[in-house]
Amino acid sequence: MPYLDTLNAKFAGAFTTSAFRDNQRVLVNAERAPTVIFALLKCLKEECGFDMLAELGGIDYLNYPDATDRYCVVYGLTNTTTGERVFVKAFANDPEPELPSVTALWKGADWMEREVYDMYGVRFTGHPDLRRILMPSEYTAFPLRKDYPLRGYGERHNFPIVTRAES
Amino acid sequence: MPLQTAAPVLDDVAGADQEFLYTLNFGPQHPATHTTLRLILTLDGETIVKAVPDIGYLHSGFEKLGEDLDYNQYVTIVDRMNYISPFANECAWFTAVEKLLGIELTPRCKYIRTILAELARISDHLLCVGAAALDLGALTAFLYAFNAREKIYNIMETSSGQRFHPSYARVGGLMNDINDDAVAQIRDFVKTFPKVHADIVRLLNRNRIFIDRTKGIGVLSKEDAINTSCSGPVARASGVVRDLRKDEPYLAYKELASSFKVVCGKAGDCYNRYLVRMGEMLESWKIIAAAVENLPAGPVNVDLNDKLTIPDKTATYRSIEGLIQHFELFMWNRRWETPVEEVYGANETANGELGFYVVADGSGKAFRARTRPPSFIHFAIFPLLMEGHQISDVPAILGSLNIIAAELDR
Amino acid sequence: MVTKLDALANLLRKYSLWPMPFATACCGIELMATASSRYDIARFGAEAMRFSPRQCDVMIVAGRVVMKMVPVMQRIWLQMPEPKWCISMGACASSGGVFDTYCTVQGIDRFIPVDVYIPGCPPRPEQLIRAILDLQEKVQKTGTIDAREFASRTAYEGPTALARELSPEEAIVAPGDYRTATRLRSLPVVN
Repeated sequence: MPYLDTLNAKFAGAFTTSAFRDNQRVLVNAERAPTVIFALLKCLKEECGFDMLAELGGIDYLNYPDATDRYCVVYGLTNTTTGERVFVKAFANDPEPELPSVTALWKGADWMEREVYDMYGVRFTGHPDLRRILMPSEYTAFPLRKDYPLRGYGERHNFPIVTRAES
Repeated sequence: MPLQTAAPVLDDVAGADQEFLYTLNFGPQHPATHTTLRLILTLDGETIVKAVPDIGYLHSGFEKLGEDLDYNQYVTIVDRMNYISPFANECAWFTAVEKLLGIELTPRCKYIRTILAELARISDHLLCVGAAALDLGALTAFLYAFNAREKIYNIMETSSGQRFHPSYARVGGLMNDINDDAVAQIRDFVKTFPKVHADIVRLLNRNRIFIDRTKGIGVLSKEDAINTSCSGPVARASGVVRDLRKDEPYLAYKELASSFKVVCGKAGDCYNRYLVRMGEMLESWKIIAAAVENLPAGPVNVDLNDKLTIPDKTATYRSIEGLIQHFELFMWNRRWETPVEEVYGANETANGELGFYVVADGSGKAFRARTRPPSFIHFAIFPLLMEGHQISDVPAILGSLNIIAAELDR
Repeated sequence: MVTKLDALANLLRKYSLWPMPFATACCGIELMATASSRYDIARFGAEAMRFSPRQCDVMIVAGRVVMKMVPVMQRIWLQMPEPKWCISMGACASSGGVFDTYCTVQGIDRFIPVDVYIPGCPPRPEQLIRAILDLQEKVQKTGTIDAREFASRTAYEGPTALARELSPEEAIVAPGDYRTATRLRSLPVVN
């Protein structure tokens, strides 16, 4: 992969690679991610031609076999001229998972990072407007974490009841 | 306070200290916001100074359900994401899951899934164009579009039993094979669709009012389209020549590549998006016409010995391998043995690139089933498109972006 | 007791039930399909879908209602003038449907009084038409000209504790906001 040569020249030792079926992956672990991930993605965008951020998703690896870090944010990059794809995975850990925001590189990352914050609690430093997007703003939990139950803790039924005589 | 919803962030609005700016809540319950979106508009007379979208009014916990249901059960939920083209969502989910399991589908299954996915695309575009026309006042186009969609519903009902949300596809194949009635209905659809398409074209394409309300409105440049991760008709109307059916062919699109072209526009405004959708409908029609004539014979599910697909009832009740296979796939502690890996698979649905990032942990359930939702990404560009426009342009732009609230919020 | 004047008012009202389509999700598409030419709902007098609650008689809640939407739904219900009825269309509005999750309300009848329930996911247009006919029958049989039959419905009509509910030890109970379990709170004043 030509982009791997560029990455190796600049960030040697900061990342590992893997591949499965037709997905090429670049992994940056939790201790290197906050410092290296922005520059790595910037390099991929500007020098290796991956101009579109196709996907930005979060994963919680609690109780996953052979997992070392808990939270992961997957950046799926696409090169619109050649159609090539690469998936960059940046990890983060409790107690306060944080990663740098890439809204400066791609405007489309804005809402996708807000969703990862809303669902997992991973903060993105440098994000212009990091607040909850899908859940109500008064909500206190992070629903997609593995230790949050599917049916919630009773928040869904905490509303006043309107009977027919009153309405 | 129970009746207060999220307060908008308006401190940085240009001239927020000026009292003549009017804040209008284009609320979650509004006819033009196709189901539940909310926009908080700051108006200067009729011109929009700032538009802040507020979403989440249909967030139902799809992705959390993906960790609770297995790969075959989750197809019922995936159906309910982009609910106007449900079969396309099923194809996208199974593209990811079958990539994970390393399954190669039979040719017949590929062709049938392609035909139904293209029907779903036509259905989606018909509703999008119809609803966009309805918001701008053209009721007849809406009724023509819905009547044409009833034919597609008939085809889905004959093959799977339900008008929409068919839950028709399964891992390694389909629920059951398509029968001759459905093929006859598809042929009939192929014969009658061009007339419906021509009717809508005649109503809207050169309609002075429609053109005035959509031309030059909501312009998205090519660089912005790539930077904001747009895909599908929204990006193609701005000049981004990218269609996953041609760039990363899946299902039967490689064999059918000569029967369709990719429709692109240049100006990137609402009128171009409308024209791209009308053009794509005709291209889909051509794919269906070519595919239904060349439908290969053979089994529709992959081979039973691979232990991946549900055997049909004859095999289940009459052979021991079928019975064991049925047992293995339905008992809650057995199911598939998946590699402990993760994979991303994407399809080109009517709205854009619908992808699923599936993380598997070896059991029959996904550890994480993340959806890459095109509607979510397209709604994020709404403030960008609204700059400088007037309030009556809001329905035109919303209609052209085709925001489906269930895919937006999941 | 239904008087002759009531019967006349019911006859007039039932054939012009103007729905307020509270369409949230997939059932909303079936609602639109019922209103279009194949399953014309205009035959039953209900095609005037006025989206302003002040002008409607029937609120058709079509689709799943989530936590964030409940205050909106209640406010719209309170804004509708009497006489008004509510149709809960689809499995998700009636009981939460397939979505037994942290954010989806398990049936809108927990928060809004419902008159007719329609099962189905999504219900066919014929089922929605059947529900409108049932509602017309209900209006004819029990309606009054000054909507006094509603004053007697003071009790909560929704589901009581079900097996799937959280036990008191599991639910977080803390005063104030969203994290607390269901309890009655005072209604805000809506004009």
